[in-house]
Amino acid sequence: MTILVIAEHENGAIAPATLNTVAAAAKIGGDIHVLVAGQGVGGVAETAAKIAGVAKVLVADNAAYAHQLPENVAPLVAELGKGYSHVLAPATSNGKNVLPRVAALLDVDQISEIISVESADTFKRPIYAGNAIATVQSSASVKVITVRATGFDAVAAEGGSAAVEAVSAAHDAGLSSFVGEELAKSDRPELTAAKIVVSGGRGMQNGDNFKHLYALADKLGAAVGASRAAVDAGFVPNDMQVGQTGKIVAPQLYIAVGISGAIQHLAGMKDSKVIVAINKDEEAPIFQVADYGLVADLFEAIPELEKLV
Amino acid sequence: MKVLVAVKRVVDYNVKVRVKADNSGVDLANVKMSMNPFCEIAVEEAVRLKEKGVATEIVVVTIGPATAQEQLRTALALGADRAVLVESADELNSLAVAKLLKAVVDKEQPQLVILGKQAIDSDNNQTGQMLAALSGYAQGTFASKVEVAGDSLKVTREIDGGLQTVALKLPAIVTTDLRLNEPRYASLPNIMKAKKKPLETFTPDALGVSTASTSKTLKVEAPAARSAGIKVKSVAELVEKLKNEAKVIQ
Repeated sequence: MTILVIAEHENGAIAPATLNTVAAAAKIGGDIHVLVAGQGVGGVAETAAKIAGVAKVLVADNAAYAHQLPENVAPLVAELGKGYSHVLAPATSNGKNVLPRVAALLDVDQISEIISVESADTFKRPIYAGNAIATVQSSASVKVITVRATGFDAVAAEGGSAAVEAVSAAHDAGLSSFVGEELAKSDRPELTAAKIVVSGGRGMQNGDNFKHLYALADKLGAAVGASRAAVDAGFVPNDMQVGQTGKIVAPQLYIAVGISGAIQHLAGMKDSKVIVAINKDEEAPIFQVADYGLVADLFEAIPELEKLV
Repeated sequence: MKVLVAVKRVVDYNVKVRVKADNSGVDLANVKMSMNPFCEIAVEEAVRLKEKGVATEIVVVTIGPATAQEQLRTALALGADRAVLVESADELNSLAVAKLLKAVVDKEQPQLVILGKQAIDSDNNQTGQMLAALSGYAQGTFASKVEVAGDSLKVTREIDGGLQTVALKLPAIVTTDLRLNEPRYASLPNIMKAKKKPLETFTPDALGVSTASTSKTLKVEAPAARSAGIKVKSVAELVEKLKNEAKVIQ
């Protein structure tokens, strides 16, 4: 049994979610190979070769694979994947974009966003935004799987010494091209990868008041999220939304400020390790899932909290 | 150009689902069903393209039980011109759905297919990408902006760190993200008119598609419940607990 892990990388560095995905592969058992596809990715391949537990790194260095266009990368992964028992990718926006295309080319079902490995062919994954957990068994000849990073503790980035092997296959479908990228300039961490998330709800009253949360977040090195109610009220843009129709987060610490705790919001954050709720309504449902609840006026509590952390 | 929109009937997003006592699935008896929220955005985008004069015809398709006609009628009330139901009582996996949609694409020959990025029941986020692979088309997933320019399509995509823009050759597949648009509500006159719009029904067999699967769900369980913790009396006490008890801040 040999497992192929698709490395996620950006700006010449391996993305952390790759290490969690290798951890999932290690749980399945067998040799682990890592594919690094991109342009000018020799350095990334060398970094990947050091990941603990990796036996071999395949590097496909070609202009067609720059920007990870799925029309070009998926045929490469499908071609290589035929020789493996499992193909795994992190459930990042990139992994979610490419891997189902691979599964369809291999004519197998994909198992999305697994959170645990029960055996080499059986996995657990959340459905209904985490309101239920399904145990799914795959009979596919190649098991194509995306891995939710929060479900697996990352393996060490150092300690391995895998062989690096070049893959010559060049697939350029000629269907798509990269136009541009506009990456958030914020110094704050990305919402789904942050260790601490501070979120505001309707209780923030307006968009300007989110400055109190930004100040607290900057002190904690946290990302800032929002409930759907705050987004619907126009306080903040939709890409900050945490919940069933927004982003799913599972940080070490989630601080819910002025959020009542609607089901659809809880679905997006209830797997956080520690939940803090600050709300002036002591009957708010958010207190039923919070480890630490503080019944207080957020406009007094947040500045005080910022001072004390 | 002709636009095909695929929609799915799912449990309404406001419903708190419960796992069945025998762990065979979630209990959907007497539960409110609606169009998947991301599919509503897909329908809205198609209607806007028609209002701009880009789309000439909107065909809406769903794969599901006979009752999924309700969601097709909703899409017709929102502005789709006609509807196709591929009737299947079984719950199908994404690959089978993608194969059925591919058969409909072959029949209809749309220039653009718009789908929601994922359904809020199975949370797979697969069908659009799989349909693109099977059709040999380009894909613009998690779209927050879609512009048609001649025979190409510019799609701005929501990626983890921000936005990415790609140019796709038509025909192409687009899957919608939340910020693409805000869906409208159907007006009563349009709901009445929708009842008279054409709706065709096929079976997977009639389309010559096998819905065999390489995976099965063994059981469905409720997630580990979170119990309420404690109430702290002051910000100072909260900080003390976070530092010394939970050890999540320094």
